[in-house]
Amino acid sequence: MTAGRAPAIRVQGLEKAYKKLKVLRGVDFDVARGSIFALLGSNGAGKTTVVNILATLLRADAGTASVNGFDVAAEGADVRGSISLTGQFAAVDEILTGRENLVLVARLRRLKDPGRIADDLLARFSLTDAAARRVATYSGGMRRRLDIAMSLVGNPPVIFLDEPTTGLDPQARIEVWDAVRELAGRGTTVLLTTQYLDEAEHLADRIAILHQGRIIVNGTLAELRELLPPAEVEYVEKQPTLEDVFFAIVGDTGDKDTPGKDAHDPRGAAATPPQDR
Amino acid sequence: MTPRFLGDTAALLGRSLRHILRSPDTIITTSVMPIAFMLLFVYVFGGAIEQGTGRYVDYLLPGILIITIASGVSYTAFRLFLDMKGGIFERFQSLPIARSSVLWAHVLTSLVANVISLVVVVLVALLMGFRSGAGVLAWLAVAGLVILLTLTLTWLAVIPGLTAKSADGASGFSYPLIFLPFVSSAFVPTRTMPGPVRAFAEHQPVTSIVDTVRELFAQKPVGDDIWTALAWCVGVLVVAYGLATVTYRRKIA
Repeated sequence: MTAGRAPAIRVQGLEKAYKKLKVLRGVDFDVARGSIFALLGSNGAGKTTVVNILATLLRADAGTASVNGFDVAAEGADVRGSISLTGQFAAVDEILTGRENLVLVARLRRLKDPGRIADDLLARFSLTDAAARRVATYSGGMRRRLDIAMSLVGNPPVIFLDEPTTGLDPQARIEVWDAVRELAGRGTTVLLTTQYLDEAEHLADRIAILHQGRIIVNGTLAELRELLPPAEVEYVEKQPTLEDVFFAIVGDTGDKDTPGKDAHDPRGAAATPPQDR
Repeated sequence: MTPRFLGDTAALLGRSLRHILRSPDTIITTSVMPIAFMLLFVYVFGGAIEQGTGRYVDYLLPGILIITIASGVSYTAFRLFLDMKGGIFERFQSLPIARSSVLWAHVLTSLVANVISLVVVVLVALLMGFRSGAGVLAWLAVAGLVILLTLTLTWLAVIPGLTAKSADGASGFSYPLIFLPFVSSAFVPTRTMPGPVRAFAEHQPVTSIVDTVRELFAQKPVGDDIWTALAWCVGVLVVAYGLATVTYRRKIA
């Protein structure tokens, strides 16, 4: 987070209604550059509506929003040049191969050498072996990884991930988390929506809770914890969670799962030259 | 803007053409029904139909071509519906591309797919004894009219493709289009029909298109039919294109 620079995302007084149903009733928040911001809320809280407005897929009824310094209502094309969206459902073409999907996005983003970009991303997301297979044959986790890889084509500075792990098995979920941490490590701003509390806890620098159309809390995990009475020390027998059991049996140590906030060390940002775009 | 539009349309067209190449069954399915009608009418009902002199298959083919297009564009609506339903439509809309290129890629793919089906149907007709002494110019005129009609019906298909709630709804719009040739001069001469039916048949678009194509194949002068046919095609095209564009703008807000 660089002090003094404008936030990557700024949302002020956002309102949206579908017919008479008021989904957003004045939403405000800022997301600092290079941070992971989690928008937490139950189903139907309006998380996707916020993301769709920021991604210029939907117009707000009132309020303003800017992404990477561009107004979403007036400078839509510039906003689209700064972002990428990974929606709730894996937006991949099932009939094309994994590689063809990536090449297509690279061509649409008018990047030089789409083939090389595709191969790099396939390697980064461990999809090289499946590159030439149709996506229809992929597992849910592979699909999601490809989906996220497609969002990274061209290294957009701001990425929206709308419920990226909904419907994934625990292993695939951890793969996605690793990918998100790596992104933030490279200096990308990530706005993540989720209904899983542990996901926000593990990944986010800041967490905002969207409830009944408004942000009711916004802060770091530590700040959110302070809202509750101080912790009391109790002694409880530690039972392994089902997740511990799962990973013990499957053989994955679950190391990647430990909340590695050090994973978004800013050195990653300097280490990766941006792709031409 | 223009080079961007062309580049994006080309990239997306490449994608949809791969869809067709990898599931050629969609083109086969599109051709099967018109071919079945052709077999049925030539070998079963044909003997009972008095359309005048000449082979019945020669009389029938123009109407069969229209049925081919009508059943072909239902796949256009279906493919568009699948894109809308999956997240890929939103992905495209959130990319820095010319947004109209998404629709144009589908429209051009529809043209390619339909031309392939039409060629398949004409080849089967040739096997069944269809012959025409028409010259290159007449064949070009037939091709031009048929492609114009495909473009018109494709833009019409875009509307249910964008708005349908289910796959059946997306492709179901084509049933009336497939039915329309039956109440026209496509299968039997209109003069055998009772008054009101005949009036409808003679004043609906299919009859003028069918008559024009038939006259071109038969090397007869086309008369006013061609202008009526063109007016229908262009008129419906303009309206369908306008409605499709408005619907699309609403979808992408």
